[in-house]
Amino acid sequence: MSPALSVNGLTVTLGRHQAAPKVIDDLSFDVGPGEILGMVGESGAGKSLTGQAILGLLDPPLHMAGGRIEVAGERIDGLSETAMRSWRGRRIGAVFQDPMTSLNPLLTIGRQLTETIRTHLPMNAASARERAIRLLSEVGVPAPEERMGAYPHMLSGGMRQRVVLALAFACDPMLVIADEPTTALDVSIQAQIVGLLRRMCRERGASVMLITHDMGVIAECADRVAVLYGGRLAEIGPADTLLREPAHPYTQGLMASIPDMRRRVDMLPQIPGSMPRVGGAPSGCAFHPRCSRATARCRAERPDLVGHGSCLAACWMPGDPSGFRPEATHAG
Amino acid sequence: MQDDVLLAVNNLTVRFDVSAPALKRLITRSPRRFVHAVEDVSFTVPRRSVFALVGESGCGKSTLARAVVGVERPTSGHVSLAGRRVSGFTTRAAERTWRSDVQMIFQDPQSSLNPRWRVGRSVAEPLRTHRMVAGRAEAVERVGALLEAVGLSSEDARRFPHQFSGGQRQRIAIARALSTRPALVVCDEPTSALDVSVQAQILNLMRRLQREFGLTYLLITHNFAVVAHMADHVGVMYLGRLVEQGPADVLLADPKHPYTRLLLDTVPDPARRGRAREPMKGEAPSPINPPVGCAFQQRCPLATARCAHERPVLRSAGRTAVACHAFEERRLPPWRTSIQPDLQSAEGSR
Ligand SMILES: Nc1ncnc2c1ncn2[C@@H]1O[C@H](COP(=O)(O)OP(=O)(O)OP(=O)(O)O)[C@@H](O)[C@H]1O
Ligand SMILES: Nc1ncnc2c1ncn2[C@@H]1O[C@H](COP(=O)(O)OP(=O)(O)OP(=O)(O)O)[C@@H](O)[C@H]1O
Ligand code: SF4
Ligand SMILES: [Mg+2]
Ligand SMILES: [Mg+2]
Repeated sequence: MSPALSVNGLTVTLGRHQAAPKVIDDLSFDVGPGEILGMVGESGAGKSLTGQAILGLLDPPLHMAGGRIEVAGERIDGLSETAMRSWRGRRIGAVFQDPMTSLNPLLTIGRQLTETIRTHLPMNAASARERAIRLLSEVGVPAPEERMGAYPHMLSGGMRQRVVLALAFACDPMLVIADEPTTALDVSIQAQIVGLLRRMCRERGASVMLITHDMGVIAECADRVAVLYGGRLAEIGPADTLLREPAHPYTQGLMASIPDMRRRVDMLPQIPGSMPRVGGAPSGCAFHPRCSRATARCRAERPDLVGHGSCLAACWMPGDPSGFRPEATHAG
Repeated sequence: MQDDVLLAVNNLTVRFDVSAPALKRLITRSPRRFVHAVEDVSFTVPRRSVFALVGESGCGKSTLARAVVGVERPTSGHVSLAGRRVSGFTTRAAERTWRSDVQMIFQDPQSSLNPRWRVGRSVAEPLRTHRMVAGRAEAVERVGALLEAVGLSSEDARRFPHQFSGGQRQRIAIARALSTRPALVVCDEPTSALDVSVQAQILNLMRRLQREFGLTYLLITHNFAVVAHMADHVGVMYLGRLVEQGPADVLLADPKHPYTRLLLDTVPDPARRGRAREPMKGEAPSPINPPVGCAFQQRCPLATARCAHERPVLRSAGRTAVACHAFEERRLPPWRTSIQPDLQSAEGSR
């Protein structure tokens, strides 16, 4: 069985000319059938652009300069906008941070759901309506029949995101791309939406690429995790291993910098500096200016992904966190 | 002990009138409507400590913060800083002293930085408003020192906000807030928009500056991990009211209000793989017509008939205070022990 999503050598540039800076640089990963792949990385790492490239939603000056994207074994990059639109509603669902990106403020949610269903599935009005009501009740919208007539502005943020999930899953997609689906929501609502996403994915056998910068959300529901840094994969592997024994110094630093409810420390271990901007990547390993393990080789040669236990890490000296002390500096 | 209280919030209530225009109300016979943003909130913050306010969106945290910095007028109750009442200043000078004593940092540093101004000008602005520098040379020097204190360089004063990352912009906002040498810094979700790695840098910076300048923080956040890391005292708000408050270590180790417990249950925990969070049912009710009785009743697993008609008041519960009938009636089940903060190491760090 081919993976639900397969991305190979994806490269996205800012502009179309030869020397255009690379925003995504030679990115490759798969999402297995029914799997939830969590994609993490700090702001500007290229998470959203990866999602947009897959959905065929890159706007100029962003340009897919190379690579291959397959969904269930079928190549979808380079398809016409019409063909892509049909893929998007039918076999790839999308959920964004702001539910209003996916909702039309002028149409009732019932109308939006039934239109999506009827555009992509051969169904008459009555059965589309029935399906819409069932979806709303599945995503936990109370009194779904009455809510069919509601406009988006009449719903709370959490309810709107539930409706967006119903839309994303409306035509039984094989892949759902969820970009920060819970970031704008309250913690108590966040937990509801994450639980819902996981349940929908399991019950309907869809694969999910879940973009978030919240490690807690990842820990809770991802099967595998991909860590992005400066438009490249720093590390990828099973969530269990990657979160417990990260191999890449960047992942190690990230995990260490999260305050721990159970152990209070005076200063949090911090990664010094910040991620390079687009076009400003240093030579060798992009992380080397911030890495306490960096050697001459790290400064000169770019590491490729290599196996380390069950993970792959782009680092000349992966693993061995015992030799790695994220500095608990007082430098602020 | 009590004499070193820096900030005292006394029975603070802030309501917003959102009624329809008078004529329309008359015709439709609709009553006046008020948003009960903050209701009868009292707490004190000792000098050089950190008081964290937690609660869901819309529970009134920012409104309370604005009342503390004096930009929101209390409907009733009052705020005082080092014994001086906020609002009702008799002289401009008194108001100025007070304003320079309290500064605020926001979630979005953009809101305190003018995008068209060089960073140095933004940082120096409060100094000028409060007439705290004599001339240009002194201002430049102070700005340089402030930027260095927050981990930037004095040359950065010449750059524009868009030339900095989100974390660096938050550093600039902090430098600006510190320029008047405030005693109290009100931080409204200072790291909520930042990545964890940047959050760690900013939290460490805040702690270092607290020591260096003897600062007191009123820290607003919805992140319990941040509370556990930073706070000495915690107040949990629900629909405008404090429902539980007390020392952070005690409150986090043994929360007593069902809302605090459920909030703690929803905290995503990277160390605990695959643990399904216990999602809290439903959503918070509207602050326009807050329910009679306990505001949390619809979402509470322990609610009874009494909760539906009688509002619980804050009562002492050992070192914390809790507003819950279930607690008062001793119906509260014991709190899980598995995720208790490691208090020994917490003590060690103080
Ligand atoms: N339309 C655009 N024009 C120029 N640069 C862009 C554009 N869109 C994105 N970028 C840049 O590409 C990089 C990757 O952006 P992307 O939105 O994918 O980041 P992200 O990982 O999703 O970050 P965040 O967590 O902030 O959402 C960023 O540095 C961003 O500034
Ligand atoms: N100027 C205003 N007029 C009317 N209602 C207001 C006004 N300011 C705030 N409110 C309402 O008061 C309540 C409390 O708002 P506040 O911004 O204090 O909440 P918050 O706890 O800071 O929430 P968040 O976490 O979303 O920032 C909300 O219901 C809000 O809609
Ligand atoms: S007072 Fe009642 S409804 Fe409110 S939290 Fe306590 S038990 Fe629950
Ligand atoms: Mg993004
Ligand atoms: Mg707020």
